[in-house]
Amino acid sequence: MKLFRIRGGVHPEGRKRLSEDQPIEELPLPELLHVPLQQHIGAPAVAIVSKGDKVKKGQVIATAQGNISAPVHAPSSGTVVGLGRYAAPHPSGLPGRTITIRTDGLEEWAELPAALDAFTADPKDIAKRVSESGVVGMGGATFPSSVKLNLGQRYDLHTLIINGAECEPYLTCDDRLMRECANDITKGVRIMARALNVKRTIIAIEDNKPSAIRGMSQAASAYDDVTIIEVPARYPMGSEKHLTQTLLGLETPARGLTADIGAVVHNVATAFAVFEAVTKGIPLISRIVTVSGEAITRPSNLRVLIGTPVAKLIEHVGAYSSEPERLLLGGPMMGQPLMDLKVPLVKGTNGVLALAGLQAATQVTTTSCIRCASCVDACPCGLVPLDMAAAIRKEEMEMATKSGLMDCVGCGSCAYVCPSNIPLVQYFNYAKGRITAVQRTEHKQKETKRLADQRTERMERQAAAKREAMEKRKAEQAQKKAAQQAAQHQEQEKVSA
Amino acid sequence: MSTPPPLIGGPFLKQSPSVSHIMLVVMLALTPATLYGLFQFGLPALYLFLVTIAASLLAEGLWLKLAGRPALPALGDGSAILTGWLLALTLPPWAPWWIGVIGAFIAIIIGKQIFGGLGQNLFNPAMVARVVLLISFPFHMTYFIHPVPLFQQGAPGPLESLAVTFGYGVGPAIDTLSSASVLGHVKTEIDRGTAWADAFATTFDMHGLVFGAVPGSLGETSAPLLLLGGLLLLGARLITWHIPLSMLGMIAALAALFNAIDPLAYPDALTHLLSGATVLGAFFIATDLVTSPVSATGKIVFGAGCGALVYIIRTWGGYPEGMAFAVLLMNAATPLIDRYTKPRVYGRTRRGTPLVHEEASK
Repeated sequence: MKLFRIRGGVHPEGRKRLSEDQPIEELPLPELLHVPLQQHIGAPAVAIVSKGDKVKKGQVIATAQGNISAPVHAPSSGTVVGLGRYAAPHPSGLPGRTITIRTDGLEEWAELPAALDAFTADPKDIAKRVSESGVVGMGGATFPSSVKLNLGQRYDLHTLIINGAECEPYLTCDDRLMRECANDITKGVRIMARALNVKRTIIAIEDNKPSAIRGMSQAASAYDDVTIIEVPARYPMGSEKHLTQTLLGLETPARGLTADIGAVVHNVATAFAVFEAVTKGIPLISRIVTVSGEAITRPSNLRVLIGTPVAKLIEHVGAYSSEPERLLLGGPMMGQPLMDLKVPLVKGTNGVLALAGLQAATQVTTTSCIRCASCVDACPCGLVPLDMAAAIRKEEMEMATKSGLMDCVGCGSCAYVCPSNIPLVQYFNYAKGRITAVQRTEHKQKETKRLADQRTERMERQAAAKREAMEKRKAEQAQKKAAQQAAQHQEQEKVSA
Repeated sequence: MSTPPPLIGGPFLKQSPSVSHIMLVVMLALTPATLYGLFQFGLPALYLFLVTIAASLLAEGLWLKLAGRPALPALGDGSAILTGWLLALTLPPWAPWWIGVIGAFIAIIIGKQIFGGLGQNLFNPAMVARVVLLISFPFHMTYFIHPVPLFQQGAPGPLESLAVTFGYGVGPAIDTLSSASVLGHVKTEIDRGTAWADAFATTFDMHGLVFGAVPGSLGETSAPLLLLGGLLLLGARLITWHIPLSMLGMIAALAALFNAIDPLAYPDALTHLLSGATVLGAFFIATDLVTSPVSATGKIVFGAGCGALVYIIRTWGGYPEGMAFAVLLMNAATPLIDRYTKPRVYGRTRRGTPLVHEEASK
């Protein structure tokens, strides 16, 4: 198949060697599980258990709220011991709503929904099952998967793209999953293809994962409608819009979805979760996580229950071999700093990294921009990061927006190549936050004004109606009076006559 | 310029060389041509070279001190050395010391610091200085000598060289060595009505032109060594091919065109490419990161513009060489070029509206 070139991009050192040959290992059951209610994009789930409740493994403990949301399930059996705020995996370090479960070690399963036969079931039922199982995009974006599986109802889709690029350095969890669970992934992929009603499916894997490519090719060889495509290893190949462009040669329109060009992208780990949910009724309660970095004694790929504190993972792999210079959740390009080891693992966490040595050299001094244009060449979105950063430095958000700030996918290629160590992504995130805040205020003001106007109008209408009614009554009375007078007059006339 | 607050936005990996690393590589790339120039023009050239660089550092340090900013990080990034170095390469090798000093101060202070320091300047600092010197001291700035390589008979000794550069004591009779540069000589002869090829052949030969054994500025005479340095820059990905190629291409194209129209009055393309500051300018001066456009298209426009201006000034202007003027004029156009040659944003048309595909939505 012909591949298309994407603009820009960078080639960071992969460092996947550290953990790519480590088979997936089960992490022992931790004593406490801290399950956050917000593990996805959209509205947080609402807890339906209370303190002291006994819960079983796989039982719903918080339900979805609104269209874009996802329920949360108990990762293991035990007792709810806390319902409140707890350290959350967010760079702010602020706590988030969390259900804490003390596990009983029995791993007693709740009654799971019956298996669906994906190839006779209604596509809508597949999406419903995926939604009820709390499956979200597991590549890190954590967008509720069912919403994306329902896109077939609104768009004419032709291609399902399964993202096995795993372009972030260090991470090997998708690689391992593809090597070890190729058949299950393939089945999950076909279920998704049916839910979306697409004719063909492409599973794209970067060429630095030959074993995964072999494994997946073997598993997919039985199906004509599933193709495995090797894509060049180049960051950010795993960006949904750029992967689609590489495969289909079409750019997703700005502010649009890949569905606008007839394609939907899902991650391989999501395909696996869909397989589990549809064919076994197992909700999303665990995931594969890569624990790696130069400061990790035994880099590993672990299957971890959602809600397990990060400290447990690091403990399990033999703690640090040297003092880590930076702790991260996710990959080194787009991941976030880990503020606290008690933070729980969530559905979107694909890596826990402890970096040391040259690779972590980020806290170096920033110097002036020399307009070398490395960032312009590296940007996969065709932006001019140096101009955007200069505008943001002057708080000229409008100018930054005009230069395409909102088209930035935040991949960090620009900051990666910057010789002056300018934290470009930090500038952009700051500006995006500011612009969102301003928009929110504006929206609020507009909404308030609209409501106020509506009220004034309503009051005026009521007053007018009242006035009208009064006048009508007056007129009626006057008419009546006139009629009476006329009648009296007539009678008098009669009498006089 | 200070320790940043804790970084919460990634990436947490860095590939790139630092700014000082970039400056070092550029200096490395300049080294072969510089050494050769120093060898050709002897100790006076070396003295002038060192004086110019020292003055650049001094100017940078003084300014930062007056501005109350820390001087060490800025001095350490190598940009002042590089500016002084480039300026020295464009000076007549036996010019007096104060030419270098005045030039260095103009380059650093008026060319760079007034705009806000590294990365903020609109014009190439070394070229600003060169143009100011050329207009202010036309005699000294066009006083070229025929090369007398080091260790050869006639090369001035250390003391005599001191006399050349600093003006004390007894120097060599430099008037006997003085000579016009290739472009200057050819221009004068053409103006007199001599066919350019005859004018060229009576004084110089192609071999000398290729290898730089001709009168000219300190670092601009050896085209092959400058080309080598340029290729090093390309190889190290510090510059892209766009500016050098479009610039040399434009000069060659115009020279070939006019040479074809009137072979007697217009020197051929090779002479244009090999003489004056053509190669130095195309690889080291026009490609200055700070003062050239950022996009590939912009760079091509910029390079072609520089090339055209160089040819126009050389051919019809009042000066035999126009590199500095051409680069400065195009520097002034850089913001405009940048504005009109922005890359197309992903998912948008050139005009900035979202792409429209045939409707996939139902």
